[in-house]
Amino acid sequence: MASELITIKIGGEAGFGIKVAGATLSKVFLRAGYEIFDYSEYPSLIRGGHNTFEVTVGPRVRSCVRPVNLLIALNQQTFDQHLPELSSDAGIIFNGVKVKPTSKDFRLFDVPFSELAKNSGGTELVKNTVALGAGLAVLNAGVEGLLMLLKQVFAKKSPQVITMNLNAASAGYDYVKTHFKEPFPYQLKSLPPRDLMYLTGNEAVGLGAIAGGCSAYFAYPMTPSSTVLEYLTKSGPKVGMLVRQPEDEISVLSSAIGSGFAGIRAMVGTSGGGFSLMTESLGLSGMTETPVVIFMAQRPGPATGLPTWTGQADLRFLLHAGQDEFPRMIIAPGDAEECFYFTAEALNFAEKFQLPVFVLSDKNLGEGGMSVPTFDPAKIKIERGEWLKEEDLAKMGQYLRYRLTASGVSPRVLPGCMGGVHEANSDEHDEYGHSDESAKTRTAQMDKRMRKLEAALKEVPDPKLYGPKDAELTIVSWGSTKGAILQALEELLSPPAGGGDKDGVGAVNFLHFTYLWPFPTPNAAQKLLSAKKLLVIENNHSGQFEGLIKEHIGRVPEEHLRKYDGRPFWPHEIVEKIRKHLSN
Amino acid sequence: MISNPNIVNPLKPEDYSSEVFPTWCPGCGNFAIWAALKNALSELKLPPHRVALSFGIGCSGNFNNFVRANVFHSLHGRALPAAMGIKLGNHELTVIAMGGDGDGFAEGLGHTLETIRSNVNLTYIVHDNHMYSLTTGQTSPTTALGAKTKTAPLGAYEYPLNPLALALSAGGSFVARGFAGDIPHLQSLIAEGVSHRGFSFIDVMQPCPTFNPEMSYDWYRGRVYRLDEAGYVPDNRFRAWEVAQAPLDKKIAIGVLYKEDRSILEDNFPELSKTPLVKRDLNKLDIRPLFDNFK
Repeated sequence: MASELITIKIGGEAGFGIKVAGATLSKVFLRAGYEIFDYSEYPSLIRGGHNTFEVTVGPRVRSCVRPVNLLIALNQQTFDQHLPELSSDAGIIFNGVKVKPTSKDFRLFDVPFSELAKNSGGTELVKNTVALGAGLAVLNAGVEGLLMLLKQVFAKKSPQVITMNLNAASAGYDYVKTHFKEPFPYQLKSLPPRDLMYLTGNEAVGLGAIAGGCSAYFAYPMTPSSTVLEYLTKSGPKVGMLVRQPEDEISVLSSAIGSGFAGIRAMVGTSGGGFSLMTESLGLSGMTETPVVIFMAQRPGPATGLPTWTGQADLRFLLHAGQDEFPRMIIAPGDAEECFYFTAEALNFAEKFQLPVFVLSDKNLGEGGMSVPTFDPAKIKIERGEWLKEEDLAKMGQYLRYRLTASGVSPRVLPGCMGGVHEANSDEHDEYGHSDESAKTRTAQMDKRMRKLEAALKEVPDPKLYGPKDAELTIVSWGSTKGAILQALEELLSPPAGGGDKDGVGAVNFLHFTYLWPFPTPNAAQKLLSAKKLLVIENNHSGQFEGLIKEHIGRVPEEHLRKYDGRPFWPHEIVEKIRKHLSN
Repeated sequence: MISNPNIVNPLKPEDYSSEVFPTWCPGCGNFAIWAALKNALSELKLPPHRVALSFGIGCSGNFNNFVRANVFHSLHGRALPAAMGIKLGNHELTVIAMGGDGDGFAEGLGHTLETIRSNVNLTYIVHDNHMYSLTTGQTSPTTALGAKTKTAPLGAYEYPLNPLALALSAGGSFVARGFAGDIPHLQSLIAEGVSHRGFSFIDVMQPCPTFNPEMSYDWYRGRVYRLDEAGYVPDNRFRAWEVAQAPLDKKIAIGVLYKEDRSILEDNFPELSKTPLVKRDLNKLDIRPLFDNFK
C-alpha cells in the first residue's frame, strides 16, 4: 500500500475495552489532521473472546489497509495470532511480564503496562491508556492530543479518575521515550487541522435520520444495526424524535407503518434475521402505500450466521421479500458521508412515492469508524410529496386515497383533517380504499402501484464513476466495498515509486452503485453496456448484483471477485486481482 | 358516501357508517359490536375524522369497510402494533384497535401482552367468538375444551386461554368483558374504555351462529350477569382475578373487572409533551450541535 498510510492494530481479550481504546486513538489522529478508517473484529461474546481494532491513518485514507505497521498486543493471543499481518518493519508493543515474545523479526517494545498503571495510581483497568500513550510515543506523535481527549471523555467522572488516566497516558508515553531511542520507521507528526468528523456508518445513519426529519425510530436490538438504535435513543429526543424498542421486529415495522399512516416520517432498523420477521409488514407498506424507511445492516447468515461479521448477501432478499409484487427502493451508501445524506434522501423518497425504502448497509460500514468532511445539513431538503389540506378537501367531492394517477402517486391526507377520512387497506381496494376483488380494480391498482417505480427511476441518481472515463477494465460494485476499491485505485492509478511502467494508470476505473433499485437508470445501462470489460466485486457467494446486470442489462460480466468469509475486502486483494487480470 | 363529510354536530351513530353494508352472516355478533361502537363514538361526540381505527384480519377485520373514520386495515395479528404507531404519531387522535380471538391471542399474542404492559392510551376491542370463522370454523385459542371444530373433529384438546386473566397478569389498567347480546351495556363499556387514560382492554363475547352455534345468544343469556348490578367495584386486581377465573360454562360476568390510573406510555416520551409528532416542523431542525461529539 501507499507508504504514507500507517496501520495500527490493538488486540486483547473481549470485555477489556479494546474498541474504546481504539476509537480514542482514531480520534487523536483525526484531531492531529489525519484521515482515518478503522475496523474491528470481535466474536459474539461479552467476555473471553479475542477482540481487535485496527486503524489506518494517513493524509488521505479510503479504507483500512494491511499490512499492520504497529501492533499493540494486550495479551499473548494478539502477539501470536497477528504476526502474519505485520509488515517486515513493523513494531509490537507488549508487556513482557505477561506476554512472551514468540518472534524476534519485528521491533519489540516491551512496556510494563500493568506496573505503570499501578504507579500512576490506577488499577489494571487503565493499562489500555498506558498502551495508548506508549503507541503515540513509538509513532513520535506527541501525547498532548491524547491528554486533552481523555479530559473530555472523563469530564463527568471524578477528578481521581481523570488524574489516573492522564498519569497513565503520560507514563506509557514517557517510558517509551526513555527506553527506546532508535526512531521507528512510521511517524505521525501533526498536520494542519481540517474540518473533519470521525464517526461510524451507523452513527451517520442516525444523524441522517434526524436531519431528514424522521420523527419516530423503532427497532429491536440486533447486531450490527443496534448502534443506530443506541445512538438515536441518546440523541433523537434532543431534537424531538421518539425512539422505541418494541417486543419484536414484526411489531417494529407494523408500528412504523402505523406512524407513517398517521403522517409522520418513521424509520426502523434491523439485520437479516430481524428483517425476516418484517417481510409480511413490508408488503403491508407496499399495499397500503404507506411510506417507511428500513435500515438494514447486513451480516452473514443464514439463520444466526456470523453475528458480528460482515457481508453483502441480502440484496436479493430485500429485492424480492414479500408475497406478490409491489414497488420498493433500495439505497446502499458506500461510506459514512453517503450514510448521512442518503438516509435523509430515503425519507424523502419514501414519502414522495409512498413506498418502503431500504437503506442497505453492513457491519463493515456500520461499525467502521471513518473521517469524513463535516456534514452540511443545508444540503438536505425535506420533500414530503403530495398532500391535500382541509381547504383542498372542502373544494372536492369525495377524497380518494388511491386515486388512479399518471405517476401512480395519489395525494395523501393527514388523518385528523376534516373531510379527509379514508381507508388504508391491506386488502386489494378501490380508489377510496374499500376492499374490491374485481379484476378491473385489481389490474388498475396494481398498475398504479408499479407506475411509481417508473416515476422513481427518473429521480434516481446515476452510479458514480471514479478514475478515468475510459478504461480497459471497469470495476462494478455497490455499497460498502467503495472504500476498499477506491483505496486500491489510489495504488493502481498512481505511478509506482522509482518510475518504470505506469502500472494500471488509465487501465482501470470504478463504477459505484448506491441507488440499487429501481435499476438501471438509462445512463447506468449505457455505461455497463459500453465498458470494455467488467469486473464485479461483491461480498457474497453468488454475485447478487452481477445477476441483476445479467438480467436487466443483458451483459455477462467478464470477471468477478467475491468474498463471503465474513471479512470485508482488503485493498491489496483487489489490487492483486486487477494486476493479475491486466497482466494476462 | 355521506354527502357532506364536514358535518360534525350533532353526531349520530349513522355518521360513522360507510356506504358499504356489512357482509357478516345474519345474526353475527359483529353487528352488535358495530352498533355499540358507533353509539359510543357519537355519545362521546368524537367526529369521524378525529378517530383512527386499526383492524386485524378475520370477520372483525372486514369491519374496515363498514365504518366511516380514519381506517387502517393491517395484517392478521397486527392491529395493535399499527394502532401503537398511529397513536405515537399523532396522540391527539382517538385510536381504537379491533381484532378477533385468533388475531389477539394466537398470531398477535406477543403484541397483546406488550401493548397491555405499555399502557399506551388506546382501546382494544376483541371480537371473541371462540372460533376462526372467516376461515370457516377452525380451533381458536379460546375454543372451549371438547368443542368440535374443523381442525379438532374429536373436540378441542388444549386448555382455552383466559383473556381477562392474561390482561390482568400483564398489568392491564382497564380490563373489561362485554357481550354482543347487550348493545347498550357494550356501548357504555366502549365509551368508558375510550375515556380511560391508558390501555383499555375489552373482550367481547360474540356469538357466531354459523360456526359456533353451541354458544348462541340464548346460551350466553343464561349465564351472563352484570358486575355493576352485582355491586362489584373494579378497584382490586385480586378480586378481578377471581372473577376472571370463573368458568365460562357456569357464569359469565360482564362489565369492568379492573381499572386503575397509572402512568401511560406517552408520559415516558417528553418529546410528546408539547405537540404531537405529526406537528413537528421538519424544516426547523438544528442538528449541528450533534456534530460536536464527532470532532
